[in-house]
Amino acid sequence: MNVYPRPESGDQPSLLYPPYTATVRRAPAMPAIPAPHTLSELTGPLYGHHPIGDADNDLTRQRAGDPVGERIVVAGRVLDEDGRPIPHTLVELWQANAAGRYFHENDNHAAPLDPNFTGAGRTITSEDGNYRFVTIKPGAYPWRNHPNAWRPAHIHFSLFGPCFITRLVTQMYFPNDPLMPFDPISQSIPDPRARQRLVSRLDLDLTQPEWALGYRFDIVLRGREATPFEGRL
Amino acid sequence: MSRAPDALSCLPSQTVGPFFHLGLTAETALGRLASAGAKGERIRLRLRLFDGDGLPVPDGIVELWQADASGKYNHPADTQDREPDPAFCGFGRLATGADGTCAFDTVRPGRVPDGQGSCQASHILVSVFARGLLGRLCTRLYFDGDPALEEDPLLMLVPEDRRRTLIAEPDPASPACWQFDIHLQGERETVFFDL
Repeated sequence: MNVYPRPESGDQPSLLYPPYTATVRRAPAMPAIPAPHTLSELTGPLYGHHPIGDADNDLTRQRAGDPVGERIVVAGRVLDEDGRPIPHTLVELWQANAAGRYFHENDNHAAPLDPNFTGAGRTITSEDGNYRFVTIKPGAYPWRNHPNAWRPAHIHFSLFGPCFITRLVTQMYFPNDPLMPFDPISQSIPDPRARQRLVSRLDLDLTQPEWALGYRFDIVLRGREATPFEGRL
Repeated sequence: MSRAPDALSCLPSQTVGPFFHLGLTAETALGRLASAGAKGERIRLRLRLFDGDGLPVPDGIVELWQADASGKYNHPADTQDREPDPAFCGFGRLATGADGTCAFDTVRPGRVPDGQGSCQASHILVSVFARGLLGRLCTRLYFDGDPALEEDPLLMLVPEDRRRTLIAEPDPASPACWQFDIHLQGERETVFFDL
């Protein structure tokens, strides 16, 4: 039995997308086998065993000093496909600093590290599914996928949701980023409307005057069949 | 089954990229699912991740989800009439090392209901993420020599010549140690499930 309807085709990237060259030797060649949703898939990690620290959702307060760059608020709601909020679920994020460099030993981009910015955070959604982070707007950075390849500014998000099926790892982009049309990772999503759902929007209601711009990013996870439609038994 | 006309759509997935360690794997404890008092048969699972050229994937991330030794999930949707083992955490998460491997210390999970009045063979759900994977890959790990493999409903959905890819094998050199290879692509490509 499938308790969680499968996503529409076109909404999810195809695993093999040759313009993103790393997919060529890593994407499975055989189609995934459709499987029913058993108790194993309908349960999942609730991940409540590591307490969330005070500054875990404020990436500008995790080190001794202020990080360099444009301070922003990133907030939104975590919902299922029927618009119901998902409370008490873990939201994890990680990102490059304002100069486009990750605090990671494998990032060799010749841009400065910021000793006051590690670029990782996490939080738990509230009763009504809301989350909120304070961070620094990440910079674009070059990568070696193809000549003169640059990733648009983005923030990585990881969510669990209520069960194993609802797990999602994705990336949030910023409005009107001129690099997006040239970015094979975001362009791997066939339907442009689905792609657009990964673009946050400037929200003056989230913006804190004279302090930080606010970007809204609502996150929709897979949902259960809401109520079986009458007459379909 | 269909959705309401005004339903939202879940967000597209994107790759974890090469720098996920910053956000996802700082807690090394997530390689140890069973703490000292956990009930059941203790095992070590050594997973290896390979790409289509048969080369180790040194920048992948593997997550496990499993029941405790009695076949109970620590989750409200598991309504079986017993408490989950408090010394056991059903979730594990590790990055692969330079040799494409990672190792979890856990217990062999008990059998869980299949929803059809019978039980599934002992198994662990496995998620794989990596640079170059635009979405999560989902597979299952079963145990070699388990007589229940013959009647497992999920395994029966898999063509017989590919079932082998889902079965961990005991390591003859180290007792209680099981080896599970995940091939993203190639002749021995692992079976992945569309959930």
